[in-house]
Amino acid sequence: MTISPQAFTFVRELVRAESAIVLETGKEYLVESRLVPLARAAGHPDVDAYVADLSKRRTPAAMKQVVEALTTNETSWFRDSDPFTALRQNVFPALAKTRSNRTLRIWAGACSSGQEPYSIIMTALDTPELAGWKIELVATDLSEEMLTRSRKGEYSQLEVNRGLPATTLVRHFERSGLNWRINQSIRDRVEFRSLNLTRPFPPMGRFDIVFLRNVLIYFDLPTKRDVLKRVRQVMAPDGHLFLGAAEMTMGVDDAWERVPAGRSSVYRIREAITVRGSTCVH
Amino acid sequence: MRALIVDDSRAMRRIVGRILEGVGFEVLEAGDGQEALGVLEGLDGPPELACVDWNMPVMDGFTFITEVRKRSEWRSITLMMVTTESEMDQIVRALAAGAHEYLIKPFTGEAMLEKLDLLGLLPTSTGV
Ligand SMILES: C[S@@+](CC[C@H](N)C(=O)[O-])C[C@H]1O[C@@H](n2cnc3c(N)ncnc32)[C@H](O)[C@@H]1O
Repeated sequence: MTISPQAFTFVRELVRAESAIVLETGKEYLVESRLVPLARAAGHPDVDAYVADLSKRRTPAAMKQVVEALTTNETSWFRDSDPFTALRQNVFPALAKTRSNRTLRIWAGACSSGQEPYSIIMTALDTPELAGWKIELVATDLSEEMLTRSRKGEYSQLEVNRGLPATTLVRHFERSGLNWRINQSIRDRVEFRSLNLTRPFPPMGRFDIVFLRNVLIYFDLPTKRDVLKRVRQVMAPDGHLFLGAAEMTMGVDDAWERVPAGRSSVYRIREAITVRGSTCVH
Repeated sequence: MRALIVDDSRAMRRIVGRILEGVGFEVLEAGDGQEALGVLEGLDGPPELACVDWNMPVMDGFTFITEVRKRSEWRSITLMMVTTESEMDQIVRALAAGAHEYLIKPFTGEAMLEKLDLLGLLPTSTGV
């Protein structure tokens, strides 16, 4: 049993309109497998019947559920490790020299189940240059389900195995039944909010650091370009943007320049580097 | 690079061995802590890594890492506990006794590689 072309087209267009995620032909199986649980829960015999019903009624809550079911939430602690080392050794110390108010503002723009923003906070706590600093971290995602999980801060054994150093686990987590929960002192440092990257951003102020990792890959070129342009507008001129390992600004939005930071790279707004001439990190 | 896998389950030694060989380790095996000490004694130099189960007959993994840490010539060995034991105080004890990392069974190959990455033991940090 596979999803019908009509149902696939409906889902593809819905997901694209709501999240900018592009589901290419060939992803029928993915769509089917992600929607089976929703179809069952709604009492439909199969995905086609469920989608047919959805396209007739267009209940906003149900449509949102479908979009959320098709996002990929894969993440891990200190994902790829190098960007977080660069944060601690290069980016944080560089910014610490230039912010006299001893405050850093950070945005994690597709935070999934929370590992990324919490990794950023734990990295900040491990950075001597930031001792006593105020870190304002706003973490956002499209998915309400992910935001609820993030706020709760509770992770399974399999999830804490993924990239979390054992010393960090014992320092910042406590057992919660079979799971592990990140300590409240860490949870309280992150503000989780709902935000769709493809829509105009709500007022958030300016950020010194933006994490936008492993989300642009799901968008088409015009959407990537538009998001990157709007990220520039909420970024301090000498700010730092982190992208995923498979993402780049080159050929998408060339107002960004790729700058090495330790064994990783960050993206910085070009004018900042040429006009100010000094602040690039190495 | 060489890795010593200390586990009384042959199936587990094989699983861990495959993962480690996949990233370029030469793998040595022992079925318990006592046997593992013997393997170390017999080597010309210490391996870079030892993956150690906790519960084993004869000598358990906790005793093994404690013994290893007593010997200065074995100081360079990176010790990773790989075990089903998952209580907070056990992890704390293992770290205090000299383990560098702690991977709880069951785990995925990816999780193991991410631990090796944390320990700086992957050939190139490609971001697993
Ligand atoms: C693969 S995860 C990446 C998580 C984390 N940034 C990382 O690198 O590990 C992608 C996340 O992007 C979110 N997402 C997808 N489309 C989005 C959109 N249009 N606006 C905001 N978030 C979106 C998904 O809900 C998902 O949590």
